[in-house]
Amino acid sequence: MTQSIDYAAIAPPLILAVAAGLVLLLDAFLPRTPRTLPTLGLVTLAGVLAALAAVVAQAARGARPRTFCVPADAAGGRPSCSFVVDDLTLVFGAVVLATAVVVVLLSWTQLAEGGIPAGEWYFLLLCTLTGAVTLPASRDLIMLVVALELVSLPVFALTALKRYDARGSEAALKLFLVSVISTAVMLFGVSLLYGLTGAVHLDRVAARLGGSPPAAQLASLPAGVPSGVLTVAVVLVLAGFAFKVAAVPFHFWAGDVYQGAPVPVAALLSVISKAAGFAGLIVVLTIALAGHAALWAPIVAVLAVLTMTVGNLLALRQRHAVRLLAWSSVAQSGYILAPLGVAGKSAASASIAYLAIYAAMNAGAFAVVMLVSRTRERDELDDYRGLAFRSPAAALALAFFLICLAGLPPGLAGLFAKVVVFREIVHGGLGWLAVVLAVNTVIGLYYYIAWTARLFAPAPLPVPGRGVPTRPVTIAVAVALLVSLAFSVAPQLVLSAVR
Amino acid sequence: MSAIIIGLLAVPLAGAAVLLLLTRPARLLRWYGPAVSGVTLVLALVLAGSFDYGRAARAQFEIDHAWIPGLDLRFHLGVDGVSLPLVVLTALLTFLCFLYLVRHRPEGGRSGALAFTLLVLEVGMIGTFLALDLLLFFVFFEIVLIPMYFVIAIWGGKERRGAAVKFILYTLLGSAVLLLGLLLIWAHTGTLDMVRLAGAHGAGIPRAAQILAFLAVGAGLAVKAPMWPLHTWLPAAHTEAPTVGSVLLAGVLLKMGTYGFVRIAIPVLPEGAAVLAPWLGAFAVVGIVYGSLACLAQRDLKRMIAYSSVGHMGFVLLGLATLTPVGMNAALFGNIAHGLITGLLFFVAGAIKERYGTSEMSRLGGGMLARLPYLGSLLTFACVASLGLPGLAGFWGEMLALLGAFHPAPGLSRPLFLVFMVVGGIGTVLTAAYFLLMLSRVTHGRPDEPVPRLGDVSPYELAAWTPLVVLTVALGLWPKALLAVTDPAVRAFLGAP
Repeated sequence: MTQSIDYAAIAPPLILAVAAGLVLLLDAFLPRTPRTLPTLGLVTLAGVLAALAAVVAQAARGARPRTFCVPADAAGGRPSCSFVVDDLTLVFGAVVLATAVVVVLLSWTQLAEGGIPAGEWYFLLLCTLTGAVTLPASRDLIMLVVALELVSLPVFALTALKRYDARGSEAALKLFLVSVISTAVMLFGVSLLYGLTGAVHLDRVAARLGGSPPAAQLASLPAGVPSGVLTVAVVLVLAGFAFKVAAVPFHFWAGDVYQGAPVPVAALLSVISKAAGFAGLIVVLTIALAGHAALWAPIVAVLAVLTMTVGNLLALRQRHAVRLLAWSSVAQSGYILAPLGVAGKSAASASIAYLAIYAAMNAGAFAVVMLVSRTRERDELDDYRGLAFRSPAAALALAFFLICLAGLPPGLAGLFAKVVVFREIVHGGLGWLAVVLAVNTVIGLYYYIAWTARLFAPAPLPVPGRGVPTRPVTIAVAVALLVSLAFSVAPQLVLSAVR
Repeated sequence: MSAIIIGLLAVPLAGAAVLLLLTRPARLLRWYGPAVSGVTLVLALVLAGSFDYGRAARAQFEIDHAWIPGLDLRFHLGVDGVSLPLVVLTALLTFLCFLYLVRHRPEGGRSGALAFTLLVLEVGMIGTFLALDLLLFFVFFEIVLIPMYFVIAIWGGKERRGAAVKFILYTLLGSAVLLLGLLLIWAHTGTLDMVRLAGAHGAGIPRAAQILAFLAVGAGLAVKAPMWPLHTWLPAAHTEAPTVGSVLLAGVLLKMGTYGFVRIAIPVLPEGAAVLAPWLGAFAVVGIVYGSLACLAQRDLKRMIAYSSVGHMGFVLLGLATLTPVGMNAALFGNIAHGLITGLLFFVAGAIKERYGTSEMSRLGGGMLARLPYLGSLLTFACVASLGLPGLAGFWGEMLALLGAFHPAPGLSRPLFLVFMVVGGIGTVLTAAYFLLMLSRVTHGRPDEPVPRLGDVSPYELAAWTPLVVLTVALGLWPKALLAVTDPAVRAFLGAP
């Protein structure tokens, strides 16, 4: 059986994959000159921007193509497709690629410091992006797992790429072990789903499992599907994704890995890799398991509560900037999970809206941290004292990102994101979850505001910079700032993107 | 005419934005704040001048644009009889603060940054009173938090860090609960439009949901007001904040809490209000007595004034709890009066601290009237006004609140409210007691020890304080000027004839 391929539909991942190959070739054959590094960076950036343009073009055209389809089975119905471009795919694609622009710009400065082979770095980065863009479009179990692995595998290498850096190697090993375990767990769950239904396409899995969304009670399973096995499968799949998004109790790796990895990789982990995890989670839950919301919604709700609470409490005690961002991004994962816990009609779009806004502000925060960590070796919170006097623009930008993350005006983007989540939960009637979320918002505020206040505190001695070009990072900060400001003034941009 | 409404927000915002770009010269900067806030005040006065007092119950100069359709959030502003006095008060107090700052800069320097912060604060405060959309109200309500945090944390006293953190955590927790309440209202009615919600008088919201929503909204607002026992952030914040911070905190920020009760909680959730009003009243009178007793025990002048705010806001909340037009009018009158008088008190206390280097009453010694006759007189005037002397503004708010408690709304237990009235009456006596005790310690007697000569009231201080004194006397002698503005709107909110 041959399948026709719609190249327009798969353009974004295709462009990224081609760019990855090109970077590897250029790195192998270009003569080593001082111009090589910027050339590789430019090619990577061009690839990412072209992929982003392809996503925008798809969105503008309005068509929602599907490809890699198999014809309808004997039971009738529509043909099932493995690769579907819909609103969800486009939003995730745009979020991932826009963040990728920031990450590439950060890498530019990171690589200029030396110690990291540039060709490999950009190749691995583009591979991860290819996976992250493919994942939200995947509509069958196998493609989902492959895409998720494509996101994860290059990240270990990226983490460990800085030679002779013990911390980086340790982080890479931890990440590797966690990721392998989570993949194994998830594969087991996936194979159970397959075994129960005999189908890999998500829509067919949903059809075989029965139930109709939104199901108030446990949907009655068709004969021959033991409910115990289904529960186990759901729990295992959830656990697998929970590792990827660093949800509690599968969060413990986050702190060490974020701190040990180079800052661009930490940004990648906290935004792109997390977005990919959530994309997979949302796709599986709302398509394949749509009829069994009553089974997974309570688990997700509990997961969300644990994640936000533990993440916030851990962040409360941190003195290292990247570690604080690591735990705070765990807490933010909890906020993103929360709407899925009520499994309402618009739960997925609330989660996605929050994720998109979170991506902008968190990437921005990492960009400023990158900028500051060029001059400060330790990168502790106290190093940020008096930043407002040394480099007012960076300090104001960081203050804005942190206040956004805290969800207070003038960081309206963060506030609206929280309102969307709150609204979803209140509407779904989970009052206790809303209260927990409210309390967590306040806990989160404490450390964000404490960090912000440090920026404006009287400064210790100024420290000379290390003479590394920081212009790309400055551009990255500006990009993130512009997007965050745009979301603050017109959050409609993301709220209306997903229906 | 709705351009004025936009201008009230745009002028301070643009002023703050320009300040970011402006670098030096310091001389110019000195008059920059007064100029921008002066323009805002003029706009507020023009607004008050062109307001149609015959239709004070209706929102006027409305602006209504869709902002975020996905959240049903509309950029809906307007002004009616309830909000107009507060808008003018805010613009006035901000202007006076800037005027005061021209000569009296707090420690911590960075006057440009302070001006920026205060202008952003003004945007939030005025916006809160203008907003006619629940979420927009919330946004403005939150905008004030960060600037106020920095005012306390950067320009505050010795213990400023802790006080600022306490302030922001408390109020943010309140805000989070408030947001839940607002969303609960939204979930049941499907609209965020305050005008429509107030017109519906709770139609469409089941009784249980009303009680829950009133509890959430009320708790959120009560933190801001502050209501006993949620007041504990207030003394620390007031004591540590610089003079202008204390003035705006007491003069305007606290009003945002009680204004929210008048504007949202009571009209939108009448059944919830009816169930919980006795509790509100009980906490209010406990606050009155507690505030007075706490004042008696204070040694620090600023701290004492802070606790007196708890007592005074207790009267405002008692007025609200009666759910009658009289009580609500009393609350709104008490709001304005407290803003004027406590603003003045904090200005004077700040001036005393600046001159003596301390605000500990025991170290101030006595005999201020002899040493600094003008300052001493102003302190006396402000205290007497605050304790509710008939003929000054402070009297009417308290008297009408007690009167409201004498005839609470039908459906509320009258004996209970009579008890509240009696307890509140005892509170007024205690209030008089601590103010007079303080005056006898500070202003009377002979100066204890020889201290260097201190300058009496400066022209800038006089310029900043005179409007407050004049308004306190004017409202005291002619309370109807204000009550006539608020009454139609209050009656419309309560659905009373």
